[in-house]
Amino acid sequence: MSLFSSIGKAWVEKFDAVYDNLALLGEVVVEAFTMLFKPWRFRFGDSMLAYQRAAFDGLPISIGIGFLLGLILAFQSAAALRTFGVETYVADLLAIGLFRELGPIITAIILAGRSGSAFAAEIGTMKVDDELDALATMGLAPVRFLVMPRVVAAVLAMPVLTICAELSGLVGGAVVLRAMDIPGSVFWGNVASTTDVFMIVFGLAKSALFGLLVGIVGCCAGMRTKATADGVGVAATSAVVGGIIAIAVSDGLIAVICYFWGV
Amino acid sequence: MEAPVVEVRDVDAGYPGELILNDVTFDVARGEIFILLGGSGCGKSTMMKHMIGLNPVIAGEILIAGERWSAKTRASLCRKIGVMYQSGALFGSMTCLENVMLPLDEFSGLKRKARREKALSLLGDVGLLDAADKMPGEISGGMRKRVAIARAMALDPEVVFLDEPSAGLDPITSSALDDLILALRREKGMTFVVVTHELPSIFKIADRCAIFDKARKVMVALGKPAELRDKSEDEFVRKFFNRGEISHGE
Ligand SMILES: Nc1ncnc2c1ncn2[C@@H]1O[C@H](COP(=O)(O)OP(=O)(O)OP(=O)(O)O)[C@@H](O)[C@H]1O
Ligand SMILES: [Mg+2]
Repeated sequence: MSLFSSIGKAWVEKFDAVYDNLALLGEVVVEAFTMLFKPWRFRFGDSMLAYQRAAFDGLPISIGIGFLLGLILAFQSAAALRTFGVETYVADLLAIGLFRELGPIITAIILAGRSGSAFAAEIGTMKVDDELDALATMGLAPVRFLVMPRVVAAVLAMPVLTICAELSGLVGGAVVLRAMDIPGSVFWGNVASTTDVFMIVFGLAKSALFGLLVGIVGCCAGMRTKATADGVGVAATSAVVGGIIAIAVSDGLIAVICYFWGV
Repeated sequence: MEAPVVEVRDVDAGYPGELILNDVTFDVARGEIFILLGGSGCGKSTMMKHMIGLNPVIAGEILIAGERWSAKTRASLCRKIGVMYQSGALFGSMTCLENVMLPLDEFSGLKRKARREKALSLLGDVGLLDAADKMPGEISGGMRKRVAIARAMALDPEVVFLDEPSAGLDPITSSALDDLILALRREKGMTFVVVTHELPSIFKIADRCAIFDKARKVMVALGKPAELRDKSEDEFVRKFFNRGEISHGE
């Protein structure tokens, strides 16, 4: 019985969490519309700080991981393509792979690990310290004060981080091909001929969506923090795990939708 | 007679599915310092969370300045109360001055300069002018509580709620905090509802107190602390005061 009840409890918790995330998403959308008409409600300074931490402080790791990813992908695929004598196709593979899928996904996972967890820990600490209650009794909505600045920062940070990761990934690929005696001009020429603006913009739009999800899941995990010794740690963990799940699920949905729309 | 600032009417206090206190009724008059007393876990903080509209009551009603907490009155009632949480609950990313200015920025409609001046004068009231530009992380616990009191009073609320203002403070700081509360009442006619354990401070500042008993889940006494100590027929109330006195060496 206790086994069943604990399994049941765990599931109820999960559904609760999903419900809270959706509710928060709804609140954020409503608040975003309100801010269109009352822009002074937006906490610009808080958002700038969050943006600096999410975007600029996250640049080195995104560029580094992007570069390594490009390097490794190019290296592994070049070995296979070389048997057919078409290793120049590495450029096509990298460009399509990075711009459509890997760039946004990898960057989003980095954002979930860096910023999603930070959002959860910051808001979670405030919750444990009664600061959320203090906001509520001052008649100030946490969505406006804590969630919006962070979510906006995450949404705006993602395209910047993603494009940097993608470009450095391509540089990584160019380095590998250079080492295989394929000149840079051929590589970049192939990249240019396989990519189009739509592909890049589509990838960046997807990355902004991932930013929204990571921001919401991180903030929601923070607001759900329990006042126990490990509360904030648990919140940070669930922000990262939840963020990655949200990224994967939404990416799958987008892939299915694109398939049926023939994009 | 003027209407009470806080009215607690037949309130069952607790959390969904968990009743903590049965059928509590009391009033807090304007200018009064009213203390919530009781053993650990008896429901003082729970009661306070109902009074400040953070958690809904299980039954009964709570009125602030004649208005009942509801979704409609929430926004206006929030402006009539000030709350100091046990930890202070200052916002860590803002300086002390910005913390005190926040409610003014949001609700006062004053010009920036006037808001700043008002916040500085509030910090002066609690004796912390020189901490204005410090971050909450850089000042001591007692100072944080005083900044939190300044923030709670920023919008000249009808009633200020203080959760354990002297918990975790040394006797001198805690007694200075009591003096501060008395001075604020004297100068601004402010009403206070205070949760505390400290017997010396109860006898010093309280006009009246309510005592809760965890075992019986009820309010067992309501009145002036000295009278309750000397005259109460209730075993629990007498024990409560006497045991405290012994442990305080009086
Ligand atoms: N969120 C909650 N959900 C359910 N029960 C709770 C919750 N918070 C507290 N309780 C229970 O309510 C009871 C009263 O708690 P409360 O915090 O009001 O006590 P208190 O009188 O403030 O004690 P203390 O002096 O230690 O602060 C306790 O038995 C506690 O277990
Ligand atoms: Mg308490």
